[in-house]
Amino acid sequence: MTADPFEAMVDPMVARRQLVQSTATATLKRRLLASRIQVGLCWAFLAIAIVPLLGVLIYVIIKGLPAWNADFFTQVTVPEGIEGGGVWNAIVGTLVIGGIATAVSVPLGLGAGLFLSGSGGRFAYGTRFTADVMTGVPSITIGIFGYIAIVRNDGEQYSGIAGAFAIGLIMLPVIIRASETAFRNVDPDLREAGLALGAREATLDRRITLPTALPGVITGVLLAIARGIGETAPLLLTIFGNQYLQWNPTKPMDALPLVIYNDSSQPSAELVQVAWGAALLLMVFVFTLNIGSRLTAAFLARERT
Amino acid sequence: MAMAPRTLRRRLVPADRTYKVALGILAAAFGAVTAWFVVSLAIQARPAFSKLGFSFIVGKTWSPAFGQYGLLPFILGTLETTAIAMVLAIPIGLGTAIALAYLVPRKVRPPLSTAVELLAAIPSVVYGLWGLIVVAPIVRDRLEPFLTAAFGWTGLFNGPNEGVGLLLAGIILFIMVLPTMTAISRDVIAAVPEDQVEAALALGATRSQTLRRVVVRGSSKGILGAATLATGRALGETVAVALVIGNSNYIVHSVKSGSATIASLIVNQFGEASGTELSVLFAAALVLLVIGIVVNALARVLVRSTSRSSAASVAVA
Repeated sequence: MTADPFEAMVDPMVARRQLVQSTATATLKRRLLASRIQVGLCWAFLAIAIVPLLGVLIYVIIKGLPAWNADFFTQVTVPEGIEGGGVWNAIVGTLVIGGIATAVSVPLGLGAGLFLSGSGGRFAYGTRFTADVMTGVPSITIGIFGYIAIVRNDGEQYSGIAGAFAIGLIMLPVIIRASETAFRNVDPDLREAGLALGAREATLDRRITLPTALPGVITGVLLAIARGIGETAPLLLTIFGNQYLQWNPTKPMDALPLVIYNDSSQPSAELVQVAWGAALLLMVFVFTLNIGSRLTAAFLARERT
Repeated sequence: MAMAPRTLRRRLVPADRTYKVALGILAAAFGAVTAWFVVSLAIQARPAFSKLGFSFIVGKTWSPAFGQYGLLPFILGTLETTAIAMVLAIPIGLGTAIALAYLVPRKVRPPLSTAVELLAAIPSVVYGLWGLIVVAPIVRDRLEPFLTAAFGWTGLFNGPNEGVGLLLAGIILFIMVLPTMTAISRDVIAAVPEDQVEAALALGATRSQTLRRVVVRGSSKGILGAATLATGRALGETVAVALVIGNSNYIVHSVKSGSATIASLIVNQFGEASGTELSVLFAAALVLLVIGIVVNALARVLVRSTSRSSAASVAVA
C-alpha cells in the first residue's frame, strides 16, 4: 500500500476548504433552525391576530341576530321595562347625518383633490400634509369643535347638523387624499390628448380626468362614508341622542353608534341585546360600503378595458 | 409621490384661470376650517390656563368640587394603555404582515389582505361593546388570576380581579390598532423589490435572514411609520376605552385597577361640566389634539417615503 502522495502535502487550499465546509455545515444547521423558529413565530402571530378579530365578527353576528325582528327596524326606542321597541329613530339619525355629511364633504373634497392633483408648490404641499394629519387626529377633538362651532353658537342647541358637521370634517380629508391619488393616477397621455385638441381646463377635468379616475374616486368616497357613520365620540358631543323619531336635523337626533355606546353599559339584559343588534346593523352598513366600493371599482375597471 | 405631475404647459385663458382659482378656494376652505378648528379649541381652553396657570396639566388630583383639575392621572392612563397596546401590536402586527406578504400561499394573499383592511373599518364602539361584554369576564376569571400568580412579585398586579381596567383597555386597543399596523406594514413590506429578496436567497441566506435583513430592514422607515400611526390611533381612541377602562380618576399602580385616559375623561365629564371645568376639558382636548398632530405628522413623514398609490390604501390608513 503506497502512501497517497498528496496526503503529506499540507495544501493550504484544501485545509481551508475543509475548515469552510465543517463550519458551514455547523452554521447552516443553526441558521436553518433559527429560520424555522422565526418563520414559525410569524405564523403564530398571524394566528394570534386572526383569533380576536374573528371573535369580534362572530360574537356580533351571534349576539346581534336575535335582536333583529320587525319591531327592531320599524319602532322607536321605548323606555326601559316596556316590551318591544326598536332603533328606527337611530337608523333615521344615522342616515340623515351621514347624508348631510356626505353631501357637503364630497363636492368640497373632490374639488380640493382635483386642485391638489394638478398643483405642486408650497400651498398644495401644505394642504396635502394638513389633510394627512387630519385623518389621524383624535375624533373626540373634532367632536369638541362641533360643539364649540355649532352647538354653542346655536344657544346650546344640540342638533343633527352639528353631528353632520363633525362627521363631515372627519370624512373630508379622507376624500381629499383618496380622490387626489385617483386623479393623479390618470394617464397623462389622456390629458395631453385633450390639451392637443384645445380643451379648456374645466373641460379636461370634467370629460377626461373625472371619468377616468371614477373607480378610485368612488372607492375613496364610500370608504370615507364607512368611516364617518361608525364614529361615536363626535356624536356624543353634538347630537345628544333622542328616543323619539326625529327627521329634522336642526333638532337633537339619535344614531346607531350612540345606541351601542349608551346601551352596552346598562345593567338591563334587554338593552345590551339592543346594543348587539345595533352593532350588527352598523357593521352591515360599514361592510356593505367597504365591499361595495371594491366591487364597484373592480367592475368599472373591467368595463373600461 | 409629492412630485408635481407631468404637464404640458399651455397659456391659460381667463376661463381656465377662474376655474383653477375656484378649485384652489375649495382646497383653501379645508385649510381654513382646520385652522378654525385649532384656534377655536385654543380660545375655549384659554380661561383654564389663565385661571389655573399651566401647572394643572401635571397636577395629580382631579376633584372639580374642590377646584382641583390635575390632568396627570389621565395623561398617565393614556400613556399606559397605549404602551400595553403597542408592546403587543408592534411585534404581532409585523409578524402578521410578514406572513401575509411572504408566507401564506400566493392565492390567498389578496383576500386575506382585503379582510385585514375590512377589519380596520369596524367601528370602535363595536370593539368597546365586545370588550365590555365578552372579553372583560375572560380577563377577570382567567388572565388576571394567571398574571397575578406568575408576575405578582412585580407589584404591578395588586388588587382584586375586576376585568375592566388598564389591562383590558390596553388589550382592546391592541386588537383595534392591529389591522392598521398590519395593513400598512404589509404594504411597505410588499414594496421591497423582489430582486433584492432573490439576491439574498441566492447568496444562501435563510428565509428568516432574508426577511429580517432585506425585507424588514429595507422597509424599516415605513414600518416605523405604521407603528407611529397606530400609536396615534391608540392615544386618541375614546369610546372603546371609556367602556372598558373602569373610569377612575386617580393615579394607579396596578394594571388591574380602573383608570381613565384624556379622551375618556372628556367624554365622561362633558355632560355635567360647566364653567372652569368645561374650559379644563377643552384644554384637555387641546393637549390631545397637539399630541395627535405631532404623532401623525411624524407618521406621515415616515410613511410618505414609501409608496401608497391606490385610492383605497389611502382611505384605509
